[in-house]
Amino acid sequence: MTVLADRPVTHEHEHEHHEGPTGLLKWLTSTDHKLIGMNYMVTSLIMFFLAGIMALLLRTQLSSPSSSFLSFQQYNALFTMHGSLMLYLFAGPFAFGGLANYILPLQVGAPDMAFPRLNALSYWLYLGGSITMLLGFLVAGGAAAYGWVAYAPLSLVQYSPGSAPDLWILGIALTGFSAIFTAVNLVTTTFYLRAPGMTMFRLPIFTWNMLVTAILILIAFPILTAAMVLLFADRHFGTHIYSTAGGGVPVLYQNLFWFFGHPEVYILALPYFGIVTDVIPVFSKKPLFGYKGMVFATMAIAALSTGVWAHHMFTTGVVLLPFFSLLSLLIAVPTGIKFFNWIGTMWRGQLTFTTPMLFCIGFLFAFLMGGLTGVMLASPPIDFATHDTYFVVAHFHQVLFGTAVYAGFAGLYYWYPKFFGRMYREWMGKTHFWLLTIGFWATFIPQYILGLWGMPRRVASYPANLGWQALNVVSTIGAYVIGISFVFLLVNLWVSWRKPIPAGDNPWDAHTLEWFAASPPVHHNFERLPPIRSERPVWDYNHPDARTITHGGAASNGHGNGHGQLAGTATGVGADTGDKE
Amino acid sequence: MASVVAVSPRDGESSSTVASRRRRRAIGLAAATALPVILGGCQLPTFYGYRGSTKQGHDESLLWIGTMLAAIFVLVVVGGLIVWSVIRYRKRSDEMPRQFQYHLGIEITYIVIPVVMVLTLFGFTVYTENQVDAVSPTPALKVHVTAFQWGWRYQYPGQVDVTGVTTEDPDPVGLNGAPCAPAVDCLGPGLVVPAGETTRITLDSQDVIHGFYVPQFNFSRYAQPGVTNVFDLTVEHAGIYRAQCTQLCGLYHSLMFFHVVALPPNQFRAWLSSQQSLAKAASTVSASNSSTKAAA
Repeated sequence: MTVLADRPVTHEHEHEHHEGPTGLLKWLTSTDHKLIGMNYMVTSLIMFFLAGIMALLLRTQLSSPSSSFLSFQQYNALFTMHGSLMLYLFAGPFAFGGLANYILPLQVGAPDMAFPRLNALSYWLYLGGSITMLLGFLVAGGAAAYGWVAYAPLSLVQYSPGSAPDLWILGIALTGFSAIFTAVNLVTTTFYLRAPGMTMFRLPIFTWNMLVTAILILIAFPILTAAMVLLFADRHFGTHIYSTAGGGVPVLYQNLFWFFGHPEVYILALPYFGIVTDVIPVFSKKPLFGYKGMVFATMAIAALSTGVWAHHMFTTGVVLLPFFSLLSLLIAVPTGIKFFNWIGTMWRGQLTFTTPMLFCIGFLFAFLMGGLTGVMLASPPIDFATHDTYFVVAHFHQVLFGTAVYAGFAGLYYWYPKFFGRMYREWMGKTHFWLLTIGFWATFIPQYILGLWGMPRRVASYPANLGWQALNVVSTIGAYVIGISFVFLLVNLWVSWRKPIPAGDNPWDAHTLEWFAASPPVHHNFERLPPIRSERPVWDYNHPDARTITHGGAASNGHGNGHGQLAGTATGVGADTGDKE
Repeated sequence: MASVVAVSPRDGESSSTVASRRRRRAIGLAAATALPVILGGCQLPTFYGYRGSTKQGHDESLLWIGTMLAAIFVLVVVGGLIVWSVIRYRKRSDEMPRQFQYHLGIEITYIVIPVVMVLTLFGFTVYTENQVDAVSPTPALKVHVTAFQWGWRYQYPGQVDVTGVTTEDPDPVGLNGAPCAPAVDCLGPGLVVPAGETTRITLDSQDVIHGFYVPQFNFSRYAQPGVTNVFDLTVEHAGIYRAQCTQLCGLYHSLMFFHVVALPPNQFRAWLSSQQSLAKAASTVSASNSSTKAAA
């Protein structure tokens, strides 16, 4: 029995006459998770656009065989910073710092994160780390140029002198701490600040995935930070941890880095799976198919991801191939569960193709291709043939573009009405989607073929008479189409801001608690909460006669089964109709 | 097949099920006979991969083709289900869809089938990687390859030492005594090996990590400081094979080319002995030079 009462009315008045700071001071001092989340999102999107512009410069260089558009040093610095910005400063922070910060407390029915000041510290560390890393462009010699993985010994001081690598290392350490603090906050909020009735198995999948992501962050990021501290010590304090000169072991760096790096891939993927898993049911007008299977699949992916790091090191000759191959291949199983659950959710639904739903469909195809080529790369002999070629580049771009871009912008469009209480322009969103999709496939399919032909990654030039130019030109054109598609996003955001169309609190007829709050949510989020009896409390509230049929198709709460009493709970005091679990 | 089509229609539903069962059986039989023929022949599409010019690379190619076929199957099934859902279940009315959530049978099926598939792939993977990584106890030739910023050094038996940097080719040996051509395959120093025989490569690096990668061999291995990698290459046919460093190694990574020249065994031995006598002469000269210096 769960009984929820209204919050005292006085509360409402309190925030309406909230005498807080405004403007810049509010932005600098706020500990509100929504404002911090918005700061994170804006900052990480700026990083995304900077890294995207770098990608266009890289593609321009590759559109002709021996282009002199960029020097080798500039090219190496740009792909290093493109990768670093996209992975460390966009894909992760946009998900766990931006969307999760904003949405997760709302989804569990909490007034804020568990540790609001720690949350603010996280953001400022992230901003500081980002600026520190970008400062590399301003120092003598230009930005760090050893790739986003910074393999030792190349990243040691004798091969990468100057202060830009130090700024890069410090940037990683600062954003690493920021990620750890955010993870602590997300875990604590999910465990301790859930509203009454919000049991673990009623959490929205986005929240579940953020919880598992946060645990992975706590496993992986301390290792990265430690690896960076050791690298810094090697560069400046004369230690020889990664250099053979003093008896050190260069491969140790790879082991440490990828022990972070592969969980990191899932830190970047799971939040976006969560977005897709929240969006598809809403636009299918159905509950998520196989909810519990989805939760266990996420946990299985996280568990397996801590034991697969050396599949990035198959060609080092010093790893146990069958072990890392088998664990990597097994990740295909829980990932397959997710795919079939997404399909099962759409099955016999009533699908509406709004912009967020279109982006989710785009994600499914991108991730299907990226996932299948990932299974191939988990097989060491195939990895021997394609390691460090454009095949790998195409593979991880399809995965990361599928998650961070397709699913990430699905989330942005989906929650945009919640953030601002106004609607984006649907036709511009759809144009964004179609241009993005054309550009995406044109960019990365040629790269698979180039990789199989033997084009190595991270090269600024290639021999003219190998026949590689045509596919490179297609790839470059694709990249520009992707770039153009984002103009529609920016114009869309600007137009909807200048000429607002009110969205209402729940324009999508969505399922989860954040849609019960006002748009945008008030300070401390909720005036009242609906009864929480399933993972779709807002749906149950709005559709008392269309509740989930649970196991085996027995329509315990189906149409006309007389369970309409929830309609009478507008005050938030629910009649307990019996929990289904 | 014709007999299946010509099945005389019997009464109602049973005839169609019999016919479909027979058709399924016929298709199964055809597939069972066709599969070894297809797999036995070398005419399978390679899906843009190389067939492999070494024995080891050829093994990899078969695994690649099999994996691609399985992947295309999965792509068609899963992609087809998504396309079907998107087309068939787009919104047509305001009717509320049935709010079902679980189906244990289906959920178990789509766990079991992928498990079987990845375990099968794993079996072929282990078999192939053992073939590829197998090291012969009696290789015909042993070469020590050292990578450095930005070039390669090949040390043959008898003090023969070939060193070249980036695009320059210090050893323009081609096939049948001809100079190396076409030029694009001859970028960087040439690693000369006997065709049809096994060459043992011992690989390391003197500075940062490099990648020893010959695309047509379907093979790459890191050259690392502090790690000595040993592997065999059995180039099946004489030829010149373009190759390149794949692991980012600093400023001129893009230009760190090399190539493999597989000569017929007699030509190879002639080349090696001529190099050995040159090396011997050079060492005698330098030894006599140093002894003269010492005497002075």
